[in-house]
Amino acid sequence: MNQEAEAVLGQSLSEDTHEHVHRDDIGSRMGMWLFLLTELLLFGGMFLLYASYRFLYPDGFRAAAIELNTFIGAMNTIILLTSSLSVALSIAALQKGQKKLCIYLLYFTLLSGLVFLINKYFEWGTKFQHGIYPKGPALENMSQGQIMYFGLYYVMTGLHGLHVIAGMVFISIVLALVIKNKLTSTNYTKLENSGLYWHLVDIIWIFLFPLFYLIH
Amino acid sequence: MNGKTTDNHSIGYGTYIMVWLGLVALTAMTVTVSGFNLGALTFVMALLIAISKSMLVGSYFMHLKFEKTVFRVFISVCIVTFIVIIVLTFSDLSFR
Repeated sequence: MNQEAEAVLGQSLSEDTHEHVHRDDIGSRMGMWLFLLTELLLFGGMFLLYASYRFLYPDGFRAAAIELNTFIGAMNTIILLTSSLSVALSIAALQKGQKKLCIYLLYFTLLSGLVFLINKYFEWGTKFQHGIYPKGPALENMSQGQIMYFGLYYVMTGLHGLHVIAGMVFISIVLALVIKNKLTSTNYTKLENSGLYWHLVDIIWIFLFPLFYLIH
Repeated sequence: MNGKTTDNHSIGYGTYIMVWLGLVALTAMTVTVSGFNLGALTFVMALLIAISKSMLVGSYFMHLKFEKTVFRVFISVCIVTFIVIIVLTFSDLSFR
């Protein structure tokens, strides 16, 4: 191969790589969805456990559910739904090139996540004060069904809380990327995928709320 | 719009806000319904409302309505698998 041809080849190669960004938005979202489905089955297993024990101990579950504060649960539901709205709006804002609005909406999402966790902290704190915790004085005297209910309550809402924290970490990272102009109106898949994760956390809460708070 | 962005979808702010209002209304509904004494129906109602809410979030917030068919195939396979596991578990629990 002569030098001229090599130079031409090299030039066209570099032009090629310059024009074709190595990015596959659909593939990236598909990968995110596959991950979300594994999360769905993780929580699905717990919901199955919940359903089985509720089937075996209907009275114990009803008696234990009275301890939960429906008002705080409903408030947290609205907070998470609103934070899902703000993530969805932030993607639309970035698509339209409204960077500032996108940033405000993501800050709002983070704030909502924090408020949700603070509510959860007070909720768990009240339970602990009433002696409802593993080996706690109140829990020791409860029926088998009530003990199962509170075990599932702590594990499921606890794991969900960890997911809220993970979602907040993802949102913080994409927020920083938006501020640094690394994510733009034509390149926002990372924001979209973090949004998908946040919505999944919301969907899990949509099921946790009626199953734990609204048994009568 | 160039070829690279045609697969991306853009939903207006208004649609999202309408969906959110629907979700809040369904939350109010599920709390209200739980107050009535409907027996076994209470559980079914709560579950039906939760499923409608998650379908709203999935279709609009998670853009499934505008996504390629393969995404819906993925999710259907996952959900059908989960339903099979539930049915098998409960057929065991009920006939012990």
